[in-house]
Amino acid sequence: MAKTVVLQRKPLSLSERTYLPQIVTGLKTTFSNMFKEKVTLQYPEEKPIIPKNYRGVPTLVKDPNGREKCVSCQLCEFVCPPKAIRITPGSVPEGEEDREHVEKAPQEFEINMLRCIYCGYCQEVCPEEAIYLQDEYSSSGYTREEMINNKEKLYELGGTLPDSHYKWDQKKTAEEQGNDH
Amino acid sequence: MFDFDMLLMVGLKFLFALLMIGAVMTMAGYSVLAERKVSAWMQGRVGPNRTVLPFIVHIPFVGKFLKGLGMFQPLADGLKFLFKEEMIPGHVNKLYYNLAPIVALVPALTTMTVLPFGEFFAEDGRTIPLMLANLEVGILFVLAVSSLGVYGIVLAGWSSNSKYPFLGGIRSSAQMISYELAMGLSLLPIFLWVSEPGTGAMGLSLVDIVNSQNDRAWLLLVQPLSALIFLIALFAETNRLPFDMPESETDLVGGFHTEYGGFKFGIFFVAEYAHIVVGSAIFTVIFLGGWHFLPWIADPWPATWVGTLLGIGWFLAKTIFLIFFFIWVRWTIPRFRYDQVMNLGWTKLLPLALLNLIFYVLLVTWLDQPTA
Repeated sequence: MAKTVVLQRKPLSLSERTYLPQIVTGLKTTFSNMFKEKVTLQYPEEKPIIPKNYRGVPTLVKDPNGREKCVSCQLCEFVCPPKAIRITPGSVPEGEEDREHVEKAPQEFEINMLRCIYCGYCQEVCPEEAIYLQDEYSSSGYTREEMINNKEKLYELGGTLPDSHYKWDQKKTAEEQGNDH
Repeated sequence: MFDFDMLLMVGLKFLFALLMIGAVMTMAGYSVLAERKVSAWMQGRVGPNRTVLPFIVHIPFVGKFLKGLGMFQPLADGLKFLFKEEMIPGHVNKLYYNLAPIVALVPALTTMTVLPFGEFFAEDGRTIPLMLANLEVGILFVLAVSSLGVYGIVLAGWSSNSKYPFLGGIRSSAQMISYELAMGLSLLPIFLWVSEPGTGAMGLSLVDIVNSQNDRAWLLLVQPLSALIFLIALFAETNRLPFDMPESETDLVGGFHTEYGGFKFGIFFVAEYAHIVVGSAIFTVIFLGGWHFLPWIADPWPATWVGTLLGIGWFLAKTIFLIFFFIWVRWTIPRFRYDQVMNLGWTKLLPLALLNLIFYVLLVTWLDQPTA
């Protein structure tokens, strides 16, 4: 069984009981703090460093060849917990030779940033790696309509990300070599 | 018939009074800035550094430097208070609610009338102290009027008709009564010492106290205990941390000014800082040798207008250091609990001040006994 030990506190000396030496020590500390380096970030001029896996505003990205990656499968729309995403499916525009294996493309893609909760499920569920939550964290607008990001805005925010698969290129070569995909 | 000399004298006095008010109010305004800046520096922040006048910012180096120091922040703060909506809550006693800020500000500004801040060397060899009114009982006047400031707080707390301001008002009056005694008692040995035969000073005049410290030891060095008690009581009287009972924003929301907003709150705010400015000046006058140079060293400046200006500058430097000290202490020590404040005032400071008085009475009597 644990033994309780009562610590004997030494009685305070006279100078300790006036608290004045302690106050002087405190004053020294605050005074030396005045000359330390400041931690303030001058925000609009200086921006914080955003870590790699940051979940910012969801965006649509293109592959390094500048092609639209989204195939309008609507999985993100389905998984989105606050129902912020709305996709109007459409077909791939005619005459785009290198995308002929893709069947669909979004005609319109809207993410309502007033609903979005930045959970990142859309990024997780996307089979084409077309939607990413990137480092943009500050979105503002004057009206509710402005806060709905349309397809054009989403691509503008997203830009191009490196692709390690080129899924549809692989499928094309596979077919050309006579393999089923 | 017009008496032109009379008119001129009154006019000059009026002008001096305006200048003095301008100086103290400016210092109060910049104390607010200093408070924000110093607190920021002590906490590793930068403080206000955005406000600037449009034409100043284009001056190379200087404009940027002033902007970084936040030199125009008091202007912005003042204008903000001026243009805010004047709200009067429905449940207050309107007359006293409106009266309270004035009652708080007036004593703070009145004490400065007897405050000497320099000396002017007249051509006929006389030295004239620079002050608005050279009262023989200067320090009595200061003690009497400065404690009237509490009425503003009590009035604000009572007329707001709300629990937090009420508690703030009660605490303020209790604190003021407790520390007033120690403050007065701590000053008595000073006057005993100064009025010692042979020094020439025989009254309660602030000018005589300053001059008694010329090329001799400052009274801070002669009577450190009196200075300490006076300083602690000064902190309590100006409602500064660690004694800011009436405000104590953590437990009383905003204390006595919870129900105030806009310009009326601004007046309370300025009054608090005016108290600090005047309190620092009084401490400088009594314990730090006023406009005289260092202890035991005669004033190095000539007895002309240059000396007058340098003396005033030196006085201001000491006062500003004390204001800095007030701010420094505020951001170092946490607030006392209410009962601790009362305990410290009644059971520590008051007996200490009494013992101090008795000690100096005996000492001065022993020193003064005629050498047989």
